[in-house]
Amino acid sequence: MNMLTKATPFALAALLLAGCGTTGEVDEPAQPTPLEDRSQPAPEAEAAAPGAQAAGTEQGPEFALRALDDPASPLSRRIFYFEFDSSRLNDRERELIIAHGNFLAANPTLTVTLEGHADERGTREYNIGLGERRALSVRQLLLLTGAQAQQIATISYGEEKPAVLGNDEEAWSLNRRVEIIYAGR
Amino acid sequence: MRRLRILVAGAIALLHTFSGSAQAALTIEITQGVEGALPIAIVPFAWEGVGTLPEDVSAIVAADLRRSGRFAPLPESDLLARPHEGSQVNFRDWRALGVNNLLIGRVRAMGPNTFVVQFQLFDVFKGAQLAGYSIPTERADLRRTAHHVSDLVYETLTGQRGAFNTRIAYVVALGADAPAGTRYQLQVADADGFAQQTILRSAQPLMSPSWSPDGARLAYVSFENGKPEIFVQDVASGQRESISAYPGINGAPAWSPDGRSLALTLSIKGNPDIYVLDLASRKLRQLTTSFAIDTEPAWSPDGRRIVFTSDRGGKPQIYQVEAAGGRPTRLTFEGEYNARAEYSADGKSICLVNGQGGRYRIGVLDIETGLLRVLTDGVLDESPSFAPNGSMLLYATRDRGRGLLAAVSVDGRVHQRLIPQAGDVREPAWSPFAQR
Repeated sequence: MNMLTKATPFALAALLLAGCGTTGEVDEPAQPTPLEDRSQPAPEAEAAAPGAQAAGTEQGPEFALRALDDPASPLSRRIFYFEFDSSRLNDRERELIIAHGNFLAANPTLTVTLEGHADERGTREYNIGLGERRALSVRQLLLLTGAQAQQIATISYGEEKPAVLGNDEEAWSLNRRVEIIYAGR
Repeated sequence: MRRLRILVAGAIALLHTFSGSAQAALTIEITQGVEGALPIAIVPFAWEGVGTLPEDVSAIVAADLRRSGRFAPLPESDLLARPHEGSQVNFRDWRALGVNNLLIGRVRAMGPNTFVVQFQLFDVFKGAQLAGYSIPTERADLRRTAHHVSDLVYETLTGQRGAFNTRIAYVVALGADAPAGTRYQLQVADADGFAQQTILRSAQPLMSPSWSPDGARLAYVSFENGKPEIFVQDVASGQRESISAYPGINGAPAWSPDGRSLALTLSIKGNPDIYVLDLASRKLRQLTTSFAIDTEPAWSPDGRRIVFTSDRGGKPQIYQVEAAGGRPTRLTFEGEYNARAEYSADGKSICLVNGQGGRYRIGVLDIETGLLRVLTDGVLDESPSFAPNGSMLLYATRDRGRGLLAAVSVDGRVHQRLIPQAGDVREPAWSPFAQR
C-alpha cells in the first residue's frame, strides 16, 4: 500500500513526460531538454500567480534528472578526479563540471551535494580539509557557469569513504575525487 | 549447596561473555624487545579464597612489565621457590638466578566479591624491601588493581610513574572490505587490550576521539547526521551531547588541559581554521586566520601553546601558536609532510606523522633543537598518541592493507602490535592517568 502511494507520483511524471513528447534528448545530450519543458509552465501553476518557477518544481526535477542517465552525456560522469594533495581541476574535469554547471543553471530547482574525498595517504583530519577544498573548487566552477549558491551543498569525507580498496596508485587515483550527487536520485 | 555454587559460576561466566572482559579485544604482540631489560622474578600470588582466583593478578603484572620493554620477568618454570611473604624469602637463591628484584604477594578473599591484594617488592642484592602494599578491591576491579600493582612496581624501580592503569580509545571499521557497507564503532579498552567496550556504533564515519583531561569523557567527530559533528560523551554513562555542528567541517577536537575548552577545526569562513570553544559559554574564539588548511590542534601541557597542522607554506607542516592568540611559528622543516602533532607530557617535544619519499612514519621532534627522530618503519603510520607518562607512543599502522594499532617506546627500542579480533582499527587515543 505504502509502495503504491509512493509510486503514483512517479507514474504520473512518466505520463506527463510521454505527453510532452520532447525529442532530441539522446542526440543533444549536453543541451538539457528540460529547459524547453520548463519554459511552458503548466496552466494550474500559472493560475497560482507569480509561481512560474514553482511549476517547474512539480515535474521539472523528475524530468530533468533523466538526462543524467544518458551514457553519451557528460552529465552521466559525476565523479571528478584530482592529483595527490591537490584541488586543481584539469581540463577534462573542467569540461565535465561546466556541463553540470550549465545543467544546474538551466534547472534552478535542482540541487546537488558535492562530496569531497581524499586517498588514504597523510593524516585523516588534514584529508578532511583537502576533501573540502576539492569540493569547493568544483563548487566555484559550477557557480561561474551559472549555478546558484543555494543549489549546491558540500561535504568532505576525507579518506573515510574510499571508492575502491587498495594501497597502490591505481586505488589512490580513484579515491581522490569529488562526487556530484543530485537530490532526488 | 554444590548446585548453588555451580549456578554462581555459570552466572559469572555469562557476565564475562557479555562484558567481553574474559578475552582481550586486542592481542598485544611484542615485535621488538630491549636488550638489557631488567630481570625480575614474579612469584605467582597465593590465592586465599574459595574456588579459582577470578583474575590471575600476578600474571597480569608480569605481562604489563614485560610489555613495557624495561623488564624481563623470569619464566615461571625457572622459579626456585614460591614464597608468599617476606619471612619465606631466601635472598641468596634469587641472587643466584641473576634477578635484581623479586615480587611476591597474595590475594585474599574477604567476601564473595571483595578481596585484598597484598604484595612486597624486594631488592635481592640489598636484601631489602622496596615497597609493600595492601590494596582492598572488588571482583569487577581486580584487573584494574593488578595494573595498579604494575604501576607501583614500575614507579618504584624506574622512578617514572606507570601508565598501566590507563585506557585507550580507538575507532573500528567493520566490513571495510566493502566500502559501502562499512560500519563504525568507537571502542574503549584497558591499555593491555582487555575489557574492551563499544561505546558508540554508527553506519557513518567516526573520527578523532580525544580524552578529557580527567579521563571521564571523550570528544569525537561523527557523521551520523549526514554531516560532521562533534560530540562529547561521558564514557561511564554513555550520555552525550552535540557541541559543534556548524556548516562545513567540525573536526579534530582537542581538550585544553584544564578541561574547560576544546580546540577544534571549523570551516565556517570558507577554509579550515583553528577555533577555541569555551564549553561552559559555548563561545567560539578564532585562533588562526590563514587561507590554508589549518587543522589538528593540540594543547601544550601548561595550556599556553597550541600546535597544529597547516599547509600555509604549500605543504602540511607543524606550526605553534600562543593559545591566547598571536602569530604562529613553524616548527618542522624536515620532510615534505609533517602533521598531527601532540605534545609530550613535559611539553618539550612533539610526536607527529612525518612523510618523506611517500612513506608516513611516526617521529618525535625536540622543539628547542629541532631534532627529529623517526621511530617507526611503516608505510602509512598515523595518529600518534603519547602514553600519559611519556614512555610509549601508540599509533595506527597497516599490515597487508589491514589497519591495526602499534606502540613504540620513545627511545624507539621497544615495538608492539595490538592486533584486533576483527575489523580495521585506527585513531588510537591513550587516556590520561586514572585520578588518584
